Amino acid sequence: MGWLKETFTSSIGRKLIMSITGLFLIGFLLTHLSGNLLLFIQDQGVAFNEYSKFMSTSPIIRVLEVVLVAGFLFHIVDGIMLSIKNKKSRPVGYKKRSGSESSFFSKFMPQTGLFIFIYLIIHINSFTIKHRVVEPGNLDFYGTVSDAFRYGWGGFYWAFYVLAMVLLAFHLNHGFQSAFQSLGLNHKKYSPIIKTLGSLYSIVVPAAFAAIPVYFRFFYTA
Amino acid sequence: MKLTLEVWRQKNSEDKGKFETYTLDNANEHMSFLEMLDVLNEKLTKEGKDPVAFSHDCREGICGSCGCVINGRPHGPDEEVATCQLHMRKFEDGQKITIEPWRAKGFPVLKDLVVDRSAFDRIMHAGGFITVSTGSAVDANLMPIPKAIADEAFSAANCIGCGACVAACKNASAMLFVAAKVSHLALLPQGQAEKTERVKKMVKAMDQEGFGNCTNTGACEAECPKSISIRHIARMNREYLSASIASE
Amino acid sequence: MKLNSNIPEGNLQDKWQNHKFKLKLVNPANKRKLKVIVVGTGLAGASAAASLAELGYQVDAFTFHDSPRRAHSIAAQGGINAAKNYHNDGDSVYRLFYDTIKGGDYRAREANVYRLAEVSVNIIDQAVAQGVPFAREYGGLLDNRSFGGAQVSRTFYAKGQTGQQLLLGAYSALNRQISLGTVTMHNRREMLDVVLIDGHAKGIIVRNMVTGEIERHAAHAVILATGGYGNVYYLSTNAKNSNVTAAWRAHKKGAAFANPCYTQIHPTCIPQSGEYQSKLTLMSESLRNDGRVWVPKSKETAEKVRKGEITALDIPESERDYFLERRYPSFGNLVPRDVASRAAKERCDAGFGIVPTGQGVYLDFADAIKRTSAHLIEEKYGNLFQMYNKIIDEDPYKMPMKIYPAVHYTMGGLWVDYNLMTTIPGLFALGEANFSDHGANRLGASALMQGLADGYFVIPSTISNYLADVEFTKPGTDTAEFDRAAKEVKDNTDDLTSKKGKYTVDELHRQLGKIIWDKVGMGRTAEGLKEAIQQINQIKEDFKKDVHVPGSAAEINEALEKAGRVQDFIELGELMARDALAREESCGGHFREEHQTEEGEALRNDEQFAHVAAWEYNANGDPVRHQEELIFENVKLTQRSYK
Repeated sequence: MGWLKETFTSSIGRKLIMSITGLFLIGFLLTHLSGNLLLFIQDQGVAFNEYSKFMSTSPIIRVLEVVLVAGFLFHIVDGIMLSIKNKKSRPVGYKKRSGSESSFFSKFMPQTGLFIFIYLIIHINSFTIKHRVVEPGNLDFYGTVSDAFRYGWGGFYWAFYVLAMVLLAFHLNHGFQSAFQSLGLNHKKYSPIIKTLGSLYSIVVPAAFAAIPVYFRFFYTA
Repeated sequence: MKLTLEVWRQKNSEDKGKFETYTLDNANEHMSFLEMLDVLNEKLTKEGKDPVAFSHDCREGICGSCGCVINGRPHGPDEEVATCQLHMRKFEDGQKITIEPWRAKGFPVLKDLVVDRSAFDRIMHAGGFITVSTGSAVDANLMPIPKAIADEAFSAANCIGCGACVAACKNASAMLFVAAKVSHLALLPQGQAEKTERVKKMVKAMDQEGFGNCTNTGACEAECPKSISIRHIARMNREYLSASIASE
Repeated sequence: MKLNSNIPEGNLQDKWQNHKFKLKLVNPANKRKLKVIVVGTGLAGASAAASLAELGYQVDAFTFHDSPRRAHSIAAQGGINAAKNYHNDGDSVYRLFYDTIKGGDYRAREANVYRLAEVSVNIIDQAVAQGVPFAREYGGLLDNRSFGGAQVSRTFYAKGQTGQQLLLGAYSALNRQISLGTVTMHNRREMLDVVLIDGHAKGIIVRNMVTGEIERHAAHAVILATGGYGNVYYLSTNAKNSNVTAAWRAHKKGAAFANPCYTQIHPTCIPQSGEYQSKLTLMSESLRNDGRVWVPKSKETAEKVRKGEITALDIPESERDYFLERRYPSFGNLVPRDVASRAAKERCDAGFGIVPTGQGVYLDFADAIKRTSAHLIEEKYGNLFQMYNKIIDEDPYKMPMKIYPAVHYTMGGLWVDYNLMTTIPGLFALGEANFSDHGANRLGASALMQGLADGYFVIPSTISNYLADVEFTKPGTDTAEFDRAAKEVKDNTDDLTSKKGKYTVDELHRQLGKIIWDKVGMGRTAEGLKEAIQQINQIKEDFKKDVHVPGSAAEINEALEKAGRVQDFIELGELMARDALAREESCGGHFREEHQTEEGEALRNDEQFAHVAAWEYNANGDPVRHQEELIFENVKLTQRSYK
């Protein structure tokens, strides 16, 4: 089993962890979004509540949740460890740094990642914790969502979400295609397609997520 | 040309080092950047001061000796050049130029702008070769290699080992350098016999030298004087993963 | 001093094979007890160190660079010759031999040159096996091009970076041995003396260029693969740090220095742009296949160009003097390197030069572009045009290139016998550092061939003949000889850093270079050479009294390194002038204006000068000139003509 440790503690092994967990989370975002789109159905939240009830009670989902949390943890912990190592790799910095032609979004992965992590905690606290721990009997998930975005944080909770989604977009913009590069999937024919797909994904998915708070804050009528 | 030069001065690897500012009145736009430093050094010598130490040799962009970060860019404000090929016409009269050494844990500063890049050699010792003793080679044309493969191998073998990739990377990662050699030898049929061991050994050696990790920003290929592409890094990743995980 | 070339008996074709059979061998168990020092890690040094270590010897390799990969072999552009005859165009080992010996103007040993041609084919096999990415055809087989006026296509190449790829191949072989522990690599060490014990080379003294420490290294034999001395001219296409010091210090210890006056001038280099110029850049010889060389017909026009009042494009066709086509109607722009160089110098000296310094002529592609297309020219020369554009900031597709000859290679070097051993037993010289294979002029794409032939295929065989007779005792450095040599080196280093006079090292080097360029350059006269000797002695005095070496010896100190090298260049420069003065003939790269044909071509004197001049150092007076007669049994000596 020595090879396992050697592989996953090597620089490329760590990239592998980042890319696989990253791709897994990218996949999760899509499923999460598909469920959340139920919020836009004009049925006073019936469909969404039904869906949420299933998500919070189904044993299969519970098991998958563990996998999801593991995915997040690996991605975050590995990311933090890599960032620390990378910082240490240049003990004395440059006095002057001019923008090279490397992609803009790629430079701020730890920063955007950190913000998304904070967002994640707040997000889980607002919804998951609230329904499972604070008010276990409350099944009006829809009401929680609409209240949070309409009134939360003195009316600014929605804005925090939109900001988080913008940063998520930045993170995904680089992360999507970077994951393929880390896996060694760079190909003259397919890489341009992956890049385009990644850019599209990084705009469409966060935009759709961001549409939810915007909708509740500005367009929702009870 | 009149120039203000802000140059990193450090007596030796123990010294803390600091920036010194010099003015130069007699530069001109036809000079190469290193010739401008020569002129500065003549002036400093005449003034009884210690000249600025910098690495250089061939002065035509192939030996890979030279390299400093000039106004924030490795090898300065020109494309596809080593520092020695940079000319002063890329600067303006009266401009201030900040000159710093490569900065990386893997490249300790020895003096002023001179850094120790022996880490690169150690990575090469680990496996940057094909095991073939002198005299044991078969006829060169016994093994046809498609032109496209040979050209792709050349595009990696082109590396001059200057270290600009490390200097440019925000993580001081040496992946492009290592990938260039791994990719070059992995592409060629001659390199197949040792390819799984080679990539594992070289990556291990690289990790031991204290370079940072690749985050696929592409800064390295943007500053590489030989425009070596990060698709070679992808090839190394592929080689490494198949060597570590798929191979028995 | 006795010069025994040790050329084997027998037919030319059989000499090397017979010789290898007769050479004494060292058995494998004993090889492990023998240590060999290799100084220099270019093509010759790296390939020698790797090959010897593969055989089982312990090798200590030294370079003044921070890595073996930076040696100046890396800058060779064009290619490497080999008599593979892959193109079915009539090439053979004998033809390569013949071309090389003729190209060298019949001033090299037949046996050495034949051996070079013979092993050339193995070099390509070896390099390919190492992973050198030579250019290939679409079918996957190796591509060749013709080069340097040869009538066959025998030049293997890797874009314009053949030297780089071959050096990286040798470097990788070296790395393999380093990883196996059979080669110990010593980077950033400059060799400053060779140590002789009982007349045999048994070690070297080096300076650690980071700490300044003077180190002693002992071995059973010492190999110098330290390159050529072109930087004696200050401006050359050599790398800035290339120098003669290792070879010269060996010379001062008793190794004969052969044919120092044989230097090669390359006609197509980028001209000097000002006093601050630090080096010259070569543009491949192939450019003359399509470019036309010219200057203005009138001096007034040339003057206006120099002042920048008009450009080449303002000069009408009728006002242009295509001087190579005029002087050599049948070969035109494709005359050999030395002829093209001298013709350009003649025009510039007469006042027709077209750059501000007066030292430059045009190389014009306008006709070639009109005849074919800009696209085709780009296919052929794209990377060269781009390189030119980076340096000069002018577009050669629109404006003629400006070129001028520059020193590029030195054929002279340490005298060696057929086994590559110098006149000091146990001291060997390889590659450009020796004098052996190119005679008075080197053909294009032959330098890489020679360096690798020496390192991969010759020295591994021949060194055993010497080592078979040495004692296996572990070499030590605690001897009076090491003490003395180390002290001399230290004293000299301390003396240099104590000098705080009025000239920088570069100033004196520039002065030296100008004298050598003017008087021991493309055209030499007895009178000029005598003046040169006098002037060089003046520089020697100025150096002693008035050089300024900043800093101390206990740190990285480039000025100190340069000072030591310039010290040796000054002495070498004088020897070059003496050698040129003594050789009363013109041959190859050595052109004495007194000795030319009516057509202005080099006029050899085979009766009196078909010999190698090997100089013996004399600390108390003039150096002594020895002769090794060259015997030609296979080729007939002829006179070149390019009219």
